[in-house]
Amino acid sequence: MLGAHNSESRDLSEETAMAKLLCQYRENTCMVDVTKLLLNFTQLESCGKCTPCREGAKRMLEILQKICDGMGEMQDVDNLELLCRVVKGSSLCALGQAAPDPVATTLGHFRNEYEAHIKEHRCPAGVCTALVEYGIQADKCTGCGICLEACQAGAITGEKDAPHTIDKAVCTKCGSCIQKCQFDAIVRA
Amino acid sequence: MANMTLTINGKEVSVPAATSILDAAQGAGFFVPTFCHDPALPSYGGCRICVVEVKGARALVASCSAEAANGMVVETESPAVVEARKTILELLLANHPADCITCEKNGNCRLQDYAYRYEVNPSRFGGERHNYPVEDNNPYIVRNMNRCILCGKCVRICEQVPDRAVVALAYRGFNTKVAPPMDTDLAESDCAYCARCLLVCPVGALTYKNMIGKGRQYEIRKEPVTCSFCDAGCTFDINYKGDKAIGVTAKAPGNGRPLCLKGRLGLELLYVDDPMAPMLKKGDKFVLVSWAEALGFDGVLKKLKELKK
Repeated sequence: MLGAHNSESRDLSEETAMAKLLCQYRENTCMVDVTKLLLNFTQLESCGKCTPCREGAKRMLEILQKICDGMGEMQDVDNLELLCRVVKGSSLCALGQAAPDPVATTLGHFRNEYEAHIKEHRCPAGVCTALVEYGIQADKCTGCGICLEACQAGAITGEKDAPHTIDKAVCTKCGSCIQKCQFDAIVRA
Repeated sequence: MANMTLTINGKEVSVPAATSILDAAQGAGFFVPTFCHDPALPSYGGCRICVVEVKGARALVASCSAEAANGMVVETESPAVVEARKTILELLLANHPADCITCEKNGNCRLQDYAYRYEVNPSRFGGERHNYPVEDNNPYIVRNMNRCILCGKCVRICEQVPDRAVVALAYRGFNTKVAPPMDTDLAESDCAYCARCLLVCPVGALTYKNMIGKGRQYEIRKEPVTCSFCDAGCTFDINYKGDKAIGVTAKAPGNGRPLCLKGRLGLELLYVDDPMAPMLKKGDKFVLVSWAEALGFDGVLKKLKELKK
């Protein structure tokens, strides 16, 4: 993710060679969530000497968490962009100057994912727990009852050999059912 | 020494080599805000409020810790600089209590002044704030670390007296905090209450206990006096509200002398209408002592009394 935002104008191989790291993400990775993960690292590594990195990285992380929790507003995206410019431009060391890179990159290339989280309350990759729902496809469900046993919250109901249903108000989104289902009947979206 | 010629805001400025951009700009009459910079302390470059734009530089430059060079083109109030300063202030305010109405520093606070100058939005960033307990278990200094902006000046000025170095920066990242050893409090540390840290604190994190509730900064008139308890000649301020002397505060250390509590207490007794009660640490506790003991005259007084007999 380092430097990929200007890969059009610069040699990407040079950038990645400098970073000695190339991460590959698939469609099942939420770009907001992975940005949060990367920024969490820099925020933990921040020494706390200079204001932009100490306070700025913390606030960026909080904004990303807010977006992942489905509480984001479009103003948050503007604030993220502002913090990207200021933390990059005025931090004391390279750690602080590089801290906003993942945010700037994902905002540049995957802005639609941020907007989906904020405007549609939807996580396109189905990662952010607050924004996903579990459901059972009636045509695939055989009514075997395995998910019913696996559900610790007691959210799944249904008769044997008949399609089961998930009570979304009770579901804790733990994912146990989807792991146990052998017929791919349970969807997370 | 060779001179460096640079351009600041379109004005050609010539300064001796090894001058900081900050000194060059301020010397040429341009405003540059600072929190962590103090000419008497080692350079730090942590607060980043003094950033300026230098043509050709990769990022904004902290003017306090960068030296002026020949041919440099510097802008001290460009849009990028103003945006950075404003955002830094907003970030500081996001983790600073909005208690200016009861803060002793109100009216003489750099954070307040700069926030006013740059028209900041104090509520742009929400989120977690520190909630440290206010430390007032010693008789002289109240520490409110929620107000601290971590400029580190108190740490550097305390370190200048080698056998003191009472406070340091503890923890890291967002949890960074100025603390005595083992993150206890001043009462448990070796602090001598010389108040050097109070000289430099740009905000209301450190307060003189004897000044609390006695007057607002803009009501107080300060008159400097030189302490005559020893030959170092530190300077103190007698604070007046109207005609009444309300308390003594430290102004500047004398040569080779770190300022001291004895001097401040002595001047308090000498000048202040209602001087504070002298307290000294005995064992683990602060106890009320006689003025003679606080000022170290009890031995002499005892002998004088014997001579009188």
